[in-house]
Amino acid sequence: MTGTGSRSTDAVPDWTTDEMMSVAAARELRGVATCFVGIGLPSTAANLARAIHTPDLVLIYESGTIGAKPSRLPLSIGDGILAETADSVISVPEIFNYWLQPGRIEFGFLGAAQIDRFANINTTVIGTDYSRPKVRLPGAGGAPEIAAFCGRVVVVVRQNRRVFVDKVDFVTSVGFGTGPGDRERLGLPGAGPQAVITDLGVLEPDPHTCELTLTRLHPGVTLAQVREATGWDPAVADALRTTEPPTQTELETLRRLEATKGS
Amino acid sequence: MADLVTLAEAVDAAVHDGDIVALEGFTHLIPVAAGHEIIRQGRRELTLARMTPDIVYDQLIGAGCARKLIFSWGGNPGVGSLHRIRDAIESGWPAPLEIEEHSHAGMANRYVAGASGLPFAILRGYAGTDLGAQTTNIRTVTCPFTGEELAAVPALNPDVGIIHAQQADRAGNVQMWGITGVQKETVLASRRSIVTVEEVVDHLEPRPTAVILPAWTVTYVAEAPGGAHPSYALGYSERDNAYYQHWDSISRDRAAFTRWLDGVRRAPDAARSGR
Repeated sequence: MTGTGSRSTDAVPDWTTDEMMSVAAARELRGVATCFVGIGLPSTAANLARAIHTPDLVLIYESGTIGAKPSRLPLSIGDGILAETADSVISVPEIFNYWLQPGRIEFGFLGAAQIDRFANINTTVIGTDYSRPKVRLPGAGGAPEIAAFCGRVVVVVRQNRRVFVDKVDFVTSVGFGTGPGDRERLGLPGAGPQAVITDLGVLEPDPHTCELTLTRLHPGVTLAQVREATGWDPAVADALRTTEPPTQTELETLRRLEATKGS
Repeated sequence: MADLVTLAEAVDAAVHDGDIVALEGFTHLIPVAAGHEIIRQGRRELTLARMTPDIVYDQLIGAGCARKLIFSWGGNPGVGSLHRIRDAIESGWPAPLEIEEHSHAGMANRYVAGASGLPFAILRGYAGTDLGAQTTNIRTVTCPFTGEELAAVPALNPDVGIIHAQQADRAGNVQMWGITGVQKETVLASRRSIVTVEEVVDHLEPRPTAVILPAWTVTYVAEAPGGAHPSYALGYSERDNAYYQHWDSISRDRAAFTRWLDGVRRAPDAARSGR
């Protein structure tokens, strides 16, 4: 362990839960070559990784910018700074057909409105009647193909019972379907979600059952809190670890990046 | 050859009640002024296609111009929901809205097939998702060479494709640069097209990576400076992020939206600035 050293679990943390999520997400990108980035927290995490430990990380945004090197956090996936700093700007059909579909992109970030124990993701509708939804969500965007074709996927989402449900109302993007063997049967070449990073901890798919298993708690978070925030009884790893707290460098760099967002 | 006309003339000539209309522009170069002109001219029963219905389709749908929406991601980017579209889907206000949804890859490939003169497009996609069960426009096809099962989506050939670009010359050749999304495919897939531009110039200066649409592929060109607001035109304007936030308060409330709508119908120039 490196970092800020020992910390009493009842100390008031000097970072927010969202900052812990961004830092934990950025750490997943250490050594990664290519990353498909959505706006919001994934974009923050990817740019944090680029600033701290993986300067050559190639950021690919679905607007068609490959190798964008923004000096501030972009405000949308179509922010002009992405096009101005990119190695190449290509069309949207090309991004999906030439770059994502053949499996050229190593790593993808996804968010979720609902996620279930097999890491299937819903961003389409809340409610089981598609034609009369309780809540109409934005829809698929690039997520189904990111989930299918990136070498691996990390999901970043705040944890509570509305989001962490036993079964998603609608499968927009496939995690592990109904369990082992489903991805292979469906012909999905990527490894699928390899980590779900929340404001409480980290869940990873069990290598045998594919079920999301709590492997890490963020500092100060209890197992009871995670159970309370999960809509099923979550599996817990025998060797449950505590996430290393954000380092001074991580926090300072993250806050400097956040400050560039402006209005 | 493209006719250089006013935006009002272009919409009057090209957009008819009941048409399939695609306004494209992927976060950049969104043809918002053209959307306002469609509202002003009171078009009805449109099928609106767009990968990312954002503010411009929230406005058109809230104004009652549409009966159907074909899309792949509908939201106010970085802000939240499109409340007019949600109100139409969830409560049928001001009119019921039929939807057909795809993934981005599916929508992009529908335009590619349309531009290519093919009946459908093939992609890997949709497998294991619930999207295919909601529309007959997502099916599978077997590869004649390998036997592999792949997703198929029909070509999208709008009656009218509408985009915004930085420049056109006086002959109607169009040049756009920066993030150019799916706009070339949209114009080439459409039976008629309208391109609004920031500026009509005497000569187009060649730019690396720019997309050129020759005049003979475009039906109407109309000058509409600032016509992408609140999105932007690289080299001409910045994205108005505050307006995307501000739209949320208008869109949330039927009365506030109705007041906004009255303003657009009365005052074309005020509408162009989006206020």
